[in-house]
Amino acid sequence: MTTRSFKIRNNFHQAKWDEELIFELHKPGERGFVVAPVEEGIAEEVGDGLSALPPSMIRKQAPALPEIGQMRVVKHFMRLSQENLGGDLNIDIGQGTCTIKYNPKINDVLAGNPKMARLHPLQDESTVQGALEVLHSLDLYMREISGMDRFSFQPASGSAAILNMVSIIQAYHRDRGEAETRDEIITTIFSHPSDAAAAAVKGYKVITLFQNEDGLPEVEDLKKAIGPRTAGLLITNPEDTGIFNPRIAEFVQLVHEAGGLCGYDQANVNGIMGITRAKEAGFDMCFFNLHKTFGTPHGCGGPAGGALGVTKALKEFLPVPLVEFDGNTYSLNYDVPKSIGKTRAFYGTVQVALKAYAWIRALGAEGLREVSEIAVLNNNYLLEKITKIRGASAPFAKGRRRIEQVRYSWEQLYQDTGVTTEDIAYRIADYGMHLWSSHHPYIVPQPFTVEPTESYSKEELDEYIAVLAKISEEAYTEPEMVRTAPHRSVCHRIDHHDFDDPAKWAITWRLYKRKHMDKK
Amino acid sequence: MTERAHPYIPNSVPEVKAAMLAEIGARSIDDLYADIPETLRFRGKLNIPGAMASEIQLRKHVEKILDRNTSCEEAISFLGAGCYNHYVPAICDEISRRSEFLTAYAGEPYEDFGRFQTLWEYESLMAELLDMDICNVPTYDWFQAASTSLRMAGRYTQRSRALVAANISPDRLKAIRNYCEPVLRIETVGFDPKSGLLDVADLKGKLSCEVAAVYFENPSYLGFLETQGQLIADLAHACGALLVVGADPGSLGVLTPPSNYGADIVCGDIQTLGNHMNFGGGMGGFIASRDEEKLVMEYPSRLFGVTRSEATGEWGFGDVAYDRTSFAHREKGKEFVGTAAALHGITAGVYLALMGPDGMKELGVHLLQKAQYLAKRMSTINGVKAPGLVAPFYKEFTVDFNGTGLTVAGINRALLKHDIFGGKDLSMDFPMLGQSALYCVTELVSREEIDTFITTLDGILGGK
Repeated sequence: MTTRSFKIRNNFHQAKWDEELIFELHKPGERGFVVAPVEEGIAEEVGDGLSALPPSMIRKQAPALPEIGQMRVVKHFMRLSQENLGGDLNIDIGQGTCTIKYNPKINDVLAGNPKMARLHPLQDESTVQGALEVLHSLDLYMREISGMDRFSFQPASGSAAILNMVSIIQAYHRDRGEAETRDEIITTIFSHPSDAAAAAVKGYKVITLFQNEDGLPEVEDLKKAIGPRTAGLLITNPEDTGIFNPRIAEFVQLVHEAGGLCGYDQANVNGIMGITRAKEAGFDMCFFNLHKTFGTPHGCGGPAGGALGVTKALKEFLPVPLVEFDGNTYSLNYDVPKSIGKTRAFYGTVQVALKAYAWIRALGAEGLREVSEIAVLNNNYLLEKITKIRGASAPFAKGRRRIEQVRYSWEQLYQDTGVTTEDIAYRIADYGMHLWSSHHPYIVPQPFTVEPTESYSKEELDEYIAVLAKISEEAYTEPEMVRTAPHRSVCHRIDHHDFDDPAKWAITWRLYKRKHMDKK
Repeated sequence: MTERAHPYIPNSVPEVKAAMLAEIGARSIDDLYADIPETLRFRGKLNIPGAMASEIQLRKHVEKILDRNTSCEEAISFLGAGCYNHYVPAICDEISRRSEFLTAYAGEPYEDFGRFQTLWEYESLMAELLDMDICNVPTYDWFQAASTSLRMAGRYTQRSRALVAANISPDRLKAIRNYCEPVLRIETVGFDPKSGLLDVADLKGKLSCEVAAVYFENPSYLGFLETQGQLIADLAHACGALLVVGADPGSLGVLTPPSNYGADIVCGDIQTLGNHMNFGGGMGGFIASRDEEKLVMEYPSRLFGVTRSEATGEWGFGDVAYDRTSFAHREKGKEFVGTAAALHGITAGVYLALMGPDGMKELGVHLLQKAQYLAKRMSTINGVKAPGLVAPFYKEFTVDFNGTGLTVAGINRALLKHDIFGGKDLSMDFPMLGQSALYCVTELVSREEIDTFITTLDGILGGK
């Protein structure tokens, strides 16, 4: 038996089908799907259905959807799926801050059960006791992990959970007659962009604290920022640099003393489950991303899930309904007088909550802690190796350990070779991998963030490290090749200028035809 | 943790762990947490049950919980009200479960080419269905789509009031208020209790040069068709306000798209296009508009564009006007963007590609006929008035039970004993309608089931 002695897939090439756009497959008369006419007897009773409508409400011209036979539709989307490098194929640790981990297949099977997939949200409570039990149990587990007192799964994502936190901050101050005067929310530059953006959506002035040489916000800066206008603090910890802020409790205390509320953005909790909690740091609220930490798939960008937890004092502000259990029966409680109301349709992404429930049950309490410990071990292993790669560095907090991820920099490599982090993000596709280039604003120059989670074996981490080292070497020896990458991906480097030019952008097929084809 | 490595955590093999610790010069895992002060350390034990590392055990456990649910597969359901038991073609499931899509997230337009192309195709197919130029990558749901549409109108017009029809879903109205206020003031416009149609006189009284947008839905939440679309559009436009219309995209094979009667922005939910209900988790919001730079720059969502390489002849995809977004500029971006419902968009694209224009028309006609049949049969029962609101309707309609002397809650409890899910009780949300319910049919409810239901309801109401 021979084993591979190399760690790099030099011969990788992604599937490249040169597949048409769906509209190019149009063949008049072909059918992909047929809806049967209504059963016998109905037309005799009511006629053709359309006659009951006023003529102005009947569509005059059929939509210009393509007509394509069923098999060709399948083939089209199968080919496009092959042209997508999902987490099951990729060593997807270059999507730092997003906690791309293994999504157990069994959880997809469970969520596909008709007793979940085909539940209507307005069914009688007696017919959905299982679904409500899942939501209630997940609430109890989340309370343990955070130390908070009550959870809502209504937010459909992390950003939605942030918006809910801001809404609760606003409702709390309104309840106390201080909504008008408290119009500022404080956050940090290494907290998620949505911490700033969602606060602005609710009309707040956003104050952003920048980092010191350890990559952390300064207590002194916070002291200058707080005052009678402070409504609250939204802060990630560990921040997106992977550095844990050891003075976090002081931050919370200072904001509390100023009369503000504190929301803990726990998007980065994967390294600290069972190690440290929102409660001990004094927070009023926190949220977790079910699609990051709790193993549910990201679905190309959703459906996701935000688990929003609050202390007892804020329970009355949570969105409705809350899931209640009287020891016997589960029910939906809409009687929450100070509630911020509804923020999403029905009860959230319940199928995602079910997957998170199954993930937690598969691991148990000790397993959750093991997840965090191994995620941190993997991360520090990468830190050790990646900082030895020529041109790469890990700014801030020199010599200190990191939690679940590190924001690295290719600045030295860029200075030496002119190759950017974006070029590397495109080149790494040639090795069947991914590196995310978007970490705006570029406080860390030429940034990239690697978050290994607990899912990848040492061999896979070694492969990723070896590929980064290889690309660094390429940048120093043949930079032009890296700058023109990818070479073995689905398509070659595209000119992005059209996407920023209103005369040329083609967000849809009809715009492409109008702006680019009809003119020729 | 036990000696045995958990299937999800390969490096928990003790030898591997030890080797990695040695390599980084740490004595123990605890060394790695040196930055977390002792006062913040949680030294207790999480009160969470022990691991079920065996998939067999886990599966049995979860299936036992799910067994306590009764799905719409096991009942005759007339529930709608924003989430619909439509048929999901097998191919929609096949594609949405492809692990390349399911487990992907935010790759570049090269190695995640498929995600970009499928979502661009989704945008394009929706644009044809809606007869508009632009459609976004999905947001969370209709609630969010309507809220953002109104905020877009607020920024576009630089105005601070929005008028919203009072006949929309009360939950959606709550969400719109929560999202828009205090930046945009939301005021409601009344409706005629007999037909449900918007009260145009009330609208005229409330319109002013401060109004950014007028919002109504068609088909409405209560099922009827708002036939005054063009009139409402003209009134809004005369004040310089935008018209925002919420619509069920599944209806547009037969119904006039709102852009044809003056809508500037159209929004709604794509759950109806091949996405399972998932107890309400299957939602996905769309926003569509014309291709006007000023309006496009107000979208907070991702907008994918297509281009063709001159050199290679390849199609390529990317983000249009990325600088709008909060990813690029945090609080200076438009609202915020993040993970929402992309997979539901991919699935909706598959659905529309399968259905084509004829499939969408067949579906629409089928639903019109079946809903009309259900209403006609229900109205033969003593004391039942269907539809309750006197206006044409699509697949849903109100049923007025006031003449039966019974409550909708009581009737629905009795129906449930026969495995029938009666329509949504409206008595709390729309008290002016008294004991009324919102009944919905889909192509999954057969004539035989409707007839069974009629016999059962007749029996419950005491026969004739």
